[in-house]
Amino acid sequence: MTIEFETPKPIAQIQFVLKTVAENMMRSQSREFDENEHAIPYGYIEFMHTAMRSTGGGSLTPRDEKPREGAEKRQPIGYQTLAAQIEMLAWGDVGFYLITPGGGLGAAAVQAAGSPEQRAKFLARFAGEKPTFAAMCMTEAGAGSDTSAIRTRAVLDETTKEWVINGEKIFVTAGDKSFTEYEQFGKGFIVVWASIDPTAGRSGMRAFVVESGTKGVSIVKLEHKLGIRASDTAVISLVDARVPYENVLGSPTVEKTTTGFKGAMATFDATRPLVAASGLGVARAALEFLKEKLTENGVTIRYGLPRNKLTSIERDVIDMEIQLRSAWLLVIKAVWMADNKKSNAMESSMSKVRAGDVTTKITQKAVEIMGPLGYSREFLLEKWFRDAKITDIYEGTGQINRLVVARQILGYSGKELR
Amino acid sequence: MYSFEPNEEQQMLVDAVGKYAVNDLRAAAHEAEESRELPKKLISKGWELGLLQASTPEAYGGFGERSAVTGALAVEEMAFGDLAGALAVMTPSLFATPILLAGSEEQKQEYLPKVIEGEWHPYTAALIEYAFDFDANDLRTTAKLSGGDYVLNGEKAFVPFAKDAEAMIVYANLDGQTQGFIVSKNTAGLTISDEREKLMGINALPTYRVKLNDVTVPVANRLGGASGHNFELILASMRIASASAAVGVSKASLEYSINYAKEREAFGVKIAQKQAIAFMLAEMATEIEAIRLLVWEAAWMLDNGKEEAVNQAYLAATGAADMAMMVTDRGVQILGGHGYIREHPVEMYMRNGRGFAMLTGLAIV
Repeated sequence: MTIEFETPKPIAQIQFVLKTVAENMMRSQSREFDENEHAIPYGYIEFMHTAMRSTGGGSLTPRDEKPREGAEKRQPIGYQTLAAQIEMLAWGDVGFYLITPGGGLGAAAVQAAGSPEQRAKFLARFAGEKPTFAAMCMTEAGAGSDTSAIRTRAVLDETTKEWVINGEKIFVTAGDKSFTEYEQFGKGFIVVWASIDPTAGRSGMRAFVVESGTKGVSIVKLEHKLGIRASDTAVISLVDARVPYENVLGSPTVEKTTTGFKGAMATFDATRPLVAASGLGVARAALEFLKEKLTENGVTIRYGLPRNKLTSIERDVIDMEIQLRSAWLLVIKAVWMADNKKSNAMESSMSKVRAGDVTTKITQKAVEIMGPLGYSREFLLEKWFRDAKITDIYEGTGQINRLVVARQILGYSGKELR
Repeated sequence: MYSFEPNEEQQMLVDAVGKYAVNDLRAAAHEAEESRELPKKLISKGWELGLLQASTPEAYGGFGERSAVTGALAVEEMAFGDLAGALAVMTPSLFATPILLAGSEEQKQEYLPKVIEGEWHPYTAALIEYAFDFDANDLRTTAKLSGGDYVLNGEKAFVPFAKDAEAMIVYANLDGQTQGFIVSKNTAGLTISDEREKLMGINALPTYRVKLNDVTVPVANRLGGASGHNFELILASMRIASASAAVGVSKASLEYSINYAKEREAFGVKIAQKQAIAFMLAEMATEIEAIRLLVWEAAWMLDNGKEEAVNQAYLAATGAADMAMMVTDRGVQILGGHGYIREHPVEMYMRNGRGFAMLTGLAIV
């Protein structure tokens, strides 16, 4: 091993390509889909699907990298590539990024907690003819960060060997596109977290793949949000929804372990740095825009000067650069660990804590420095400020991630540090 | 490729330095800070680790190649033990590393073996000036070419071991550019204050004011020879060292606060079990790790001749100074009243932490 900071060539190439996509397919439509909240940007979705299919992916998930016979062993960079892709797409428009076709968090759950058969069965569709979506249904009205408070129940019907699920899920990103059977999209699914044994607490928690169109499942409402408006956020109700026996991810019986719950948490270890990356894409967009505007207005940043000689704007911009770069390096380290199969629960949460903070701070500061231009809807800056805030909330709030980091550095269990 | 693990050689070095830093430097730190004295034996033991020797090529008496990344790792580890002790052990680098980086062949051959061979000798450098708007790129101390020699005038501050130094690099303003000049002890016009500087922290490190009154040195003593050198790279190396030291001190403060918070009870639980404390610790750890990676990246850029290295080193040093203040302040806060008492080291970490914004020039990788 060694200490190195060279962006791998394949990643640099992908960034180059995606930058064009971001500029032409995303930025150009950002305002339109921010102002028409539940409209669907079919153009972008079609384009991304075709593009990803032609490169063999079909989904924004890390590829399984099988070393070729006789080839020199290459370092795995699947998650690193993904983080760089997401950062660039979010730089284009984070709302659009969130409705990029492919498995999203739903597929990530299958990938993390499913058997090889389940992975083969459920994930193949993303490379199909039509753009296809999957979503993760975890949060409930009474269970946000405290996922152990989930009330949704799954009961096995012994006669039909089906799971019967009842409950209501909120904040389901891309829930509508994953569940509603749109003519333009392929058959998607949602992954629903439910308890198979409420007395068992977290060890009774399981994830179920619920196919689109399943009877008893309905989209109750689409939320109206502060930002990321191109991305639909659904409330989904399940009333006696019947799901095949083999759609449970992980063991169908309750052992006195927390494997089921750990499945969910393993998903988060993998996805938190990716969410952090999406936030940092927004932050970079805001910072670059700010610097461009400052240059246009004849303000130069005098790097290299002692702090007490800088103007307030110079100090702010320099701070923003420090925050952005150092947060990005935390992301890269966390995904590098994931690629190298190192346990990254702490680093993953650190990257999310830091990205949540700096993304909100950078966009706030940029709006402030730009004055009335920052507040006007003529520019996208005000939108990025609104989009940014979600980074510190979804995939575990900044506070929950602080708890995770604190437990790690203190060597405490969830019981010792609640 | 990205990669975040020191190689085997670096890890061995980090382990060795870490052992010395904790077992020797830290063990002596309180006493040294209070008495304003570092035992000579302590410095010698650190010198024997061979950090400078390992980054100097064989041709000049050493046994390795310089690497800013390795240097950053070593400085961080050393400062994790004690900042004043770390700066003392590494003071000769202030003289040798700029020569290694930017010196002429003659300068390398003349000075490097002398610095490296045998015991730790005080060789040093004078960069900082006693002015609120001090700027390493806009010095008040001047160098002027006069009759084939350079004539230096001005005053330097916070110069470690100046009193006993065999020679020092004096940085001066030559036609608007910062350039280094090698000045041997007893050169006419060079006056070193009798009194040591009295600073808020790093009291164990003897530092002095240095006056230059028409100090005349031959052209051959200009760092890099007649054509001079690129000061930016030296400054970047100093900034990386300062930032690494800030990371080390901050880690020490974090470690102490964690241990304390896991021992101290209030309302029937350890205070670390209170989110108010736990969150502070989580933020400290996150901030340290983020800045640490920024510093590593700057060092890596420097080693690989990247254009952005100079700016990145500036960002790293600026970020590290803020980070160190935030972390060391919280270290004191977590201990509450006990943190304010000098029996616990966190107040010293806080005093040392405040220094990083103005102490670039006291260490170099």
